[in-house]
Amino acid sequence: MREVAVIGAGLTTFGEKWDTSFRQMCVEAGVKALEDSNVDGNQIDEMFVGNMSGGRFVLQEHISALIADAVGLASTRHIPSTRTEAACASGGLAFRQAYTAVASGMSDIVIAAGVEKMTDVDGGVTTDALAGAADREWEGIYGVTFPSLYAMIAKDYMHRYGLTREQLAQVAVKNHYNGARNPIAQFRKEITIETVMKSTLVADPIRLMDCSPVTDGAGAVILCPLERAKEFTDSPVQVLASTQATDTLALHDRRDISTLDATVAAGNRAFEMAKVDRKDIDFVEVHDCFTIAELCAIEDLGFCEKGKAGIMTENGETALGGKLPINPSGGLKACGHPVGATGIKQICEVVAQLRGEAGGRQVDGAEIGMTHNVGGSGATVVTNILRRAN
Amino acid sequence: MSVPRFWRKQPQRYNIIGTKCETCGSYFYPPRTVCPECRRDGKIVEHKFKGTGKVVTFSIIRTASEPYSYESPYPVAVIELDEGTRMTAPVVCDIEEMEIGMPVKATFRKIVADGDSGMIVYGTKFVPVK
Repeated sequence: MREVAVIGAGLTTFGEKWDTSFRQMCVEAGVKALEDSNVDGNQIDEMFVGNMSGGRFVLQEHISALIADAVGLASTRHIPSTRTEAACASGGLAFRQAYTAVASGMSDIVIAAGVEKMTDVDGGVTTDALAGAADREWEGIYGVTFPSLYAMIAKDYMHRYGLTREQLAQVAVKNHYNGARNPIAQFRKEITIETVMKSTLVADPIRLMDCSPVTDGAGAVILCPLERAKEFTDSPVQVLASTQATDTLALHDRRDISTLDATVAAGNRAFEMAKVDRKDIDFVEVHDCFTIAELCAIEDLGFCEKGKAGIMTENGETALGGKLPINPSGGLKACGHPVGATGIKQICEVVAQLRGEAGGRQVDGAEIGMTHNVGGSGATVVTNILRRAN
Repeated sequence: MSVPRFWRKQPQRYNIIGTKCETCGSYFYPPRTVCPECRRDGKIVEHKFKGTGKVVTFSIIRTASEPYSYESPYPVAVIELDEGTRMTAPVVCDIEEMEIGMPVKATFRKIVADGDSGMIVYGTKFVPVK
């Protein structure tokens, strides 16, 4: 296995992008990543693109060819292009596949991208498409929505660990504070605990302001062997670990309702592969599709004891300037959650932080960052650990 | 859900017929055809469940997806059946009654309809045991 580096990253802005098409977003993110890495299109060997549901959101399958075509690498260079899908972890999967392609020696310069265009259909279609991330035949058929699955995790968690509604709300408040400092974020506005507590109940105990939004957006990163990274950039980021794990598709089949065993497994594998300790991690981008998911992630990755992440959040330990900043980008909650692009956005945020380019949301002296990307209610998890390599 | 896709599992959905692994004694509802513990060493047979259990966790759905919105707000729960397996199902009761650990029993109900003239899906919901 070869050591692998990320040499460039590009993101569109995240939001309801009425004037921008699926294709345009892919091209914009891809071109930004190429410019950032000083790589010429002729040097690209292969690409992977994470996309959850082009088929439902824009009635388009065969996304792999569409993107290679749109960026001009299909008709001229005929590069291999592969779509990856694991619901909201599709982008994370694309990154891990790109990592594997470079590490194995199969390809040298590889693009990992992620894209989702969610606002070209009405809200009912979006809700139903997202429900496909759960077990359609044994969860969805009973009218179970995606928020209600995480609501059942939250209910179990609150019952067992005494988490307060206010502690849960603090996750959203903290992520909006960070998002307000991120130029690409969908919501660049700070909120208060009261904003969350007064928002509409979606599925008890989850309120609207506990939920990540419906978002359009795309991202791309360029990977190459670490030994070649300096040909392209002065600030490469080394991939220390890229790991993945699965669990049961349905929430009801999990060993423990409020522990994501796939997070535990992927996280343990990542720390083992990277040969770093939890105390070496300077910040983490976790999958906060709902506020409760951030608390489970912090615990299941092993950063605190089960049941303690709410207190950690309340005490400001996960805020910028805290002991372990979580989601400096604003997370899925404030930065937005274009599902197939989220896993790539997390990598882009780590790259920006490790280069010291994160402006008002910069984690001081960041050397090692981690990402955590979840598909469904926890059936797929991808984790990555990256380190500044210059 | 399409007619054949629902029809295929109609006996299981109407009668809570799942499976059991005779090798390790695990019960499965929803039915599994491979026991995750024993895999190819497992011997899977059909099993009819008693239909009694308790609420493990639940939520009250206020914002439903369209075909289900006629019933909102409605409770959904993870139910642990007495045989030990868990399933997801709606609970028919006053939303204030819902609590973790509440004993419930299965009841045969309409689940959802495909518009005014489409297929009506029936299946298992749960009611509190008084």
